[in-house]
Amino acid sequence: MIKVSRRKLIVSGLAATAGASGLAVAARLAQKYGLVPPDHGGIYGLGETLTYASQRLLTRHSLAREFPRSQISPRPFPNYLDPLTEDFKRLQVGGFADWRLAVDGMVAQPASFSISELKSYPSRSHITELVCEEGWSYIAEWIGVPLSHVLHLVGVHPQARYVVYVSMEPDTWDSVDMADALHPQTSLCYGMNGSELPVAHGGPLRMRLPRQIGYKNVKFINRLTVTDSLKKFGKGLGSNSAEYGYAWYTGI
Amino acid sequence: MATSKSAQVPVEAFSGRVSTAPVTTLPPRHSVLVRVTHWIITLCFFALLLTGVEILISHPRFYWGETGNVLTTPLFQLHIPSSRRLVPTGYGYVLPDQNGWSRALHFEAAWIAVLTGLLYAISGLFTGHFRKNLLPSRADLSWRALSTSIAKPLRFERPSAAQASSYNGLQRLTYLFVIFVLFPLVVWSGLAMSLGFASAFPWSVTLLGGHQSARTIHFFLSLALVLFLFVHVLMVCLAGFWNRTAAMITGRTGTHKEHI
Repeated sequence: MIKVSRRKLIVSGLAATAGASGLAVAARLAQKYGLVPPDHGGIYGLGETLTYASQRLLTRHSLAREFPRSQISPRPFPNYLDPLTEDFKRLQVGGFADWRLAVDGMVAQPASFSISELKSYPSRSHITELVCEEGWSYIAEWIGVPLSHVLHLVGVHPQARYVVYVSMEPDTWDSVDMADALHPQTSLCYGMNGSELPVAHGGPLRMRLPRQIGYKNVKFINRLTVTDSLKKFGKGLGSNSAEYGYAWYTGI
Repeated sequence: MATSKSAQVPVEAFSGRVSTAPVTTLPPRHSVLVRVTHWIITLCFFALLLTGVEILISHPRFYWGETGNVLTTPLFQLHIPSSRRLVPTGYGYVLPDQNGWSRALHFEAAWIAVLTGLLYAISGLFTGHFRKNLLPSRADLSWRALSTSIAKPLRFERPSAAQASSYNGLQRLTYLFVIFVLFPLVVWSGLAMSLGFASAFPWSVTLLGGHQSARTIHFFLSLALVLFLFVHVLMVCLAGFWNRTAAMITGRTGTHKEHI
């Protein structure tokens, strides 16, 4: 038998109520200020949310470390690649002349861009490290057009919250919030170390997010969709990686 | 907090009821806060260890400096199979990939451990826990006292009841080292591997010598913590496993069980 005094009961009851309502208010505020990741459900949701929220508050404008040219890795490791699809091989034979990047969703003017069009825009190159979730890394010079530039060209609706990017590889897609999409180092990357981006590294176009882990830097991008909600994409977790248990936000 | 009917020591004077069993007025061996944070961090530590090993086997190679991958020479490598095909291990098979949930649980457990650790550290400063229970006195640090505290357990001598009610100098130094050196360093080297964290605090990586150095340091600090865990559990066994464990759960020293 457990004896509990009335005073204790009242005090604990009040404390529990205060705690629960405090949590509810915190959850509402976090939701309002975009601090909750799409994969916040399940037993790891607490950790995912704490990481995403704290990094959003701490790192919204911070820049990934950039390195001197002398630190570029002589042999960047491209990692394992699934066999290329027939569609991809056909474009590759044609030197990607027929390749297009489609941009749609919550934009004023949906558009599509060829590689040469993308190359005609002001480019931004940065020498940054690519880190794989497995633990290895290399440094390369990444050349591309800032994603923000392309988004400005098509005119993003003010209520847009995410940019979904889709790969030519089957069932490969991911998304970033607007903070990452508009970040100056986030680029649609078509060049590497002074030349074309090799197919092994995701050419003709790779999403490059130097503040996130390798798998978030999806290869062979050919479509961007601007949206205010990720619920209608796949299972609503924000990426195909999240659907098989890999975090959506990978700043850690 | 409720007191159980069978409790021989009234933990809380507040309840105002004294059982008929013999009563000792000794304060609890460990405060409630120390006991609760101890077990939360224990749980987190095992989660971090398990998931850390899982993440490690996806690339059991270590490097020094900023970068490193299978195309560069490792500082050293562990001769274990890997969960990735492209890692040269010398084994003819590949282990299943467990990195998705391992990374998620690793970071979640790290969050809980860090928040719990902060609660412990801050309250420990205010309540005088560190000063009273962990800061060694000058006498504790004499060579004689220190050598006795090393020699006794090596002879498998069980501490006396009086000795068991507080820590000797060596224990105090070890706990302080683990709490204020090893734990902060393992958190720092872990955070240094976060690309987001490093973008806000680039010095956190450069001071450690680069991303791969941070990873290698994180590995050795984890080994040091595992070593501490082994010695810690060994000493608990030597002092009486059930008795010491009960003290960390209920707070009671339970000297009547010393013979077990």
